[in-house]
Amino acid sequence: MNTHSKTIPAVFLALWILILTIPCGPALADDLTDADEIVRRANHAALYPGDDTSASVRMVITDKLGRTRKRAFNTLRKNHPAENGDQFYLICFKSPADVRKMTFLVHKHDSPAKDDDRWLYLPNLDLVKRIAAGDKRTSFAGSDFLYEDISGRNIHEDRHVLKEITDRYYVIDNIPLRPESVAFSHYTATIDKASFLPVKQAFFDKTGAVTRIIEATRVESVSALENGQERHYPVITCSVATNIASGSVTEMRVSNVRFNTGVSDTLFTERYLRRPPRRLLR
Amino acid sequence: MKGFCSIAGLILLFLCLAVTARAGQALPAWLDPVEFHGYAEARAGWRPEKGPEETGWSPLEARFQGDLSAMYDGFELKLKGDIWADGVTETVEDDLREAWVFTRVGEHTDLTVGRQILTWGTGDLVFLNDLFPKDWQAFFIGRDCDYLKAPSDAAKVSIFTPLAGVDLVYTPRFDPDRYTDGTYISPGNTSSADTPDGWFRDDEIALRLNRRVGTWEVAAYGYKGFWKQPSGTTPEGVDRFPALEVYGASARGQFGPGIANLEVAWYRSMEDRSGTDPLVNNSERRYLLGYARDMGRELTISLQYYVEEILDHGAYANAPGATRDRFRQVLTCSMEQQLFNQTLSLGFSGYWSPTDEDAYLRPLAVYKVSDRVQVTTGANVFLGRSNTTFFGQLEDNTNIYTSIRFAY
Repeated sequence: MNTHSKTIPAVFLALWILILTIPCGPALADDLTDADEIVRRANHAALYPGDDTSASVRMVITDKLGRTRKRAFNTLRKNHPAENGDQFYLICFKSPADVRKMTFLVHKHDSPAKDDDRWLYLPNLDLVKRIAAGDKRTSFAGSDFLYEDISGRNIHEDRHVLKEITDRYYVIDNIPLRPESVAFSHYTATIDKASFLPVKQAFFDKTGAVTRIIEATRVESVSALENGQERHYPVITCSVATNIASGSVTEMRVSNVRFNTGVSDTLFTERYLRRPPRRLLR
Repeated sequence: MKGFCSIAGLILLFLCLAVTARAGQALPAWLDPVEFHGYAEARAGWRPEKGPEETGWSPLEARFQGDLSAMYDGFELKLKGDIWADGVTETVEDDLREAWVFTRVGEHTDLTVGRQILTWGTGDLVFLNDLFPKDWQAFFIGRDCDYLKAPSDAAKVSIFTPLAGVDLVYTPRFDPDRYTDGTYISPGNTSSADTPDGWFRDDEIALRLNRRVGTWEVAAYGYKGFWKQPSGTTPEGVDRFPALEVYGASARGQFGPGIANLEVAWYRSMEDRSGTDPLVNNSERRYLLGYARDMGRELTISLQYYVEEILDHGAYANAPGATRDRFRQVLTCSMEQQLFNQTLSLGFSGYWSPTDEDAYLRPLAVYKVSDRVQVTTGANVFLGRSNTTFFGQLEDNTNIYTSIRFAY
């Protein structure tokens, strides 16, 4: 029985991956060798699928003493219509109590020269607070994921080297162009050849020791319409971030993922920051 | 109004209990969108100098907050209230903080009617064009910072046009600040003030136009109502709230690695436009310049420079009892350091006036023991050379406090 419960999801996963590879058949025929192109595709697969997407997220943070804290929030993301890599995010916190009903709006800019615009709405004070973009490598909601893990590290901030090609994965080494701006010396990203999703990222310090790992533990296919055609988007629905130094681990589960529901740009303004759309509050 | 609040508070409690009692059972469909939360909190503070109630303990309270919200198709409801046993006044107090209905009227208009918390403007704990009621007393004695904003009984209409957003707030009966009334803080306005309280006669209108220009948010403001704290006296010496109009503007946006904010406001004291009436506050101009940025991992710092300028100061200075300089300058600084995966927050905010030679310092530490339990400790320190300056007069109210909160 135990063997079955382990193998069945694995079979499903393999099946999904097989299905997912069909639309991008040509990519399988030959391995890519250009690291920048692999990273560009991975960035797109992880952060940009569809025109818009909404999801419910639950995080469980477990510290080294085994104490747990939980976070729940709903997210809405939309790619900027100009397809220049800019994106809008609206995040509405449901728990815990001290952040309940807080909303967070991000206008993400792809150009490394331009900081993201970020606002936080505090309902108890009816206050819209603008947040200095500055350091994106701070914890997201007290978890072991960083802001940068949620909205994506800008691919122009690293030099990419293709380290290894296996049967299933590309392994890319990413070296920051401005090492003084980050706490790691480099990080490796293991990218699934079929889906282009980064299934593992490992961050290293100057001594070469691993300090933080993010692993995708579950990938699902979500079907949606794109230009009238049915499409399947591979989505990481469970991932685990481990902070080796502090011994803290965060599991992030994503559910209710929907793509291309026709979200208007106006949702990403102060109007909806103050009073989020109902779908984001449920 | 007090009676109404008590009844509303009791209804709230009853509803809370009813909902809680039913938790775990299948709720009727109309209760599905209802959420019930709140907290229980104990808070105790100590002041080296005894307060007006002749006790060194202040604040001293056991508080319960209930918060009901519901979202239905087309509208949203909110009911939030506090009830607390107050060890300083030795009474049970209540405060209905929110009771409103929100609805989107058509594609471009939002409407909120009822008791609500309202805030706008760019200042960090400094308010120029935000003429909505504040509760400075709660702030000074060491209640949670959320209590700085007192509720308004108002209707807010927001219209969103491609050119600009328009917010219009109508308060049919004047809502003054909850200023220091001599209960917890001395000195305070202990005598009863002559407060304008006629429905639809003593009303307030506040307007904001706002839009984005690039990454900057710009806004223009207008207000017609009354000074929010007693700012005049009758010939018999009774405190009163003279008529006031305020016009202003603000801008906030990315500047270098941080966020800059700029705000100006012109306070027109409508009953003393020439500044010659010693019984009514003169007009003022107020200016604010601020900058906030991240200074490293989980550390944010903001600095502000704030100026109040009394207009027609010459006429004011000739009157007996004039104590204010033409310019009151205040520097504010706030910083917050988050530690241990944001479970511990060390904060500090300070106001320092080089012209008044006084200061107000607020250190605060918040530790989240778990998702439900939070412990805080902090202080309110007032310093000053003179008993007539804003913070200097509050010197005897310096306090330290601690609290524990259980959320549900």
